[in-house]
Amino acid sequence: MLRHKGRTKQDAIASPANPIALSEPPLKDPAPADDAEPKPRRARKPVGWSMIFIGALVAVSAALVWRRDGIDGVLKILSHDLLLFGEIIPRVLAGCLLGGFIAEILPHDKVSRSLGPESGLKGLLIGTAFGAILPGGPFTAYPVAAALLTVGADFGATIAMVVSWTLIGYGRAVAWELPILGTDFTLWRIVISLPIPVLAGALGRLVFVRMHPKDEPE
Amino acid sequence: MTASALIIDVTLWGSVLILGFMAWRRGRVVLVSSVREGSMDFINIVPRIALGVIGSGYIAAVIPPEVITGWLGPDSGWLGVLTAVIAGAATPGGPVVGFSIGAVALKVGGGSPQVIAYVVAWALFAFQRMILWEIPFMPAKFVWFRAAVSLPFPFLAAAIAMVIGKP
Repeated sequence: MLRHKGRTKQDAIASPANPIALSEPPLKDPAPADDAEPKPRRARKPVGWSMIFIGALVAVSAALVWRRDGIDGVLKILSHDLLLFGEIIPRVLAGCLLGGFIAEILPHDKVSRSLGPESGLKGLLIGTAFGAILPGGPFTAYPVAAALLTVGADFGATIAMVVSWTLIGYGRAVAWELPILGTDFTLWRIVISLPIPVLAGALGRLVFVRMHPKDEPE
Repeated sequence: MTASALIIDVTLWGSVLILGFMAWRRGRVVLVSSVREGSMDFINIVPRIALGVIGSGYIAAVIPPEVITGWLGPDSGWLGVLTAVIAGAATPGGPVVGFSIGAVALKVGGGSPQVIAYVVAWALFAFQRMILWEIPFMPAKFVWFRAAVSLPFPFLAAAIAMVIGKP
């Protein structure tokens, strides 16, 4: 059913510009069909090498702590981090639910039009604005960014969003940077950072297109 | 701190409720499938978050903040910017640690462009945030791509700071 819907939508988009697509659909997939064709769900990666690398790093660090501070040092960090874990985990659930709702509610064609590879400067600006106003912490930013990727945003717009969230998101600036570094420095830093999300997104798009020329429309 | 935690939780769960309501208005099927999808993500991510939270505590213990502060001395010029960028990426802990180190560096005579580079690099590359949050949630390819593409920008920020000077 989903497959069928994806196909008709793609044909509707493809036919005015490129009627050939109707006769040979699997070869010439225009960008929007890329996420409509396979099931538009996040395929969860199995434990990849990133996790193995982090696990190894953690094991080495824990061993160093054990050699330096003994078993007490190891247990102290463990109990502190377990408490932190308990505090974080409900927020992670909320973030995942937000991501799930966004992936389901946002219309894919609209997202790929306003945040997709063809969205131009406007898409980067939307991503930047979205990252700047997004409430919550990393437990919302990253699930939401991942959801945007699955509903048709491209790497460029998503980079703009993530970078904007870390650099000019108001939450962290108001809660931590203002009191610790002062108003003058914080405002100055934010003004200097303003162009960075758009530039990073644009650079991301530029490099991505070079790396994946097949995704480029002909 | 508890007040800000409360605000975060209220806005967070408030947004969940609002979006959940919007999904429910699209129909029960939409609500059920998005909740199922979100829960599956959650279940998949919990072990990664556990590794990240517990692991980064040990990594942070091996890299004490004093080491980082040492890298952010009053060393000006581009070499100072470069060490500031490395220090930003290597800073363990959350925003309190990162911004406090920046504040200490300003006090002991670190140049503003270097501190700007430090704060920007910390925002872009802090290893703990990448390990704990970005890698578990985002496709690995995206994370490395994002980090690589962001590489020039702490230097750009420092350059702008050098040109326009202090406020």
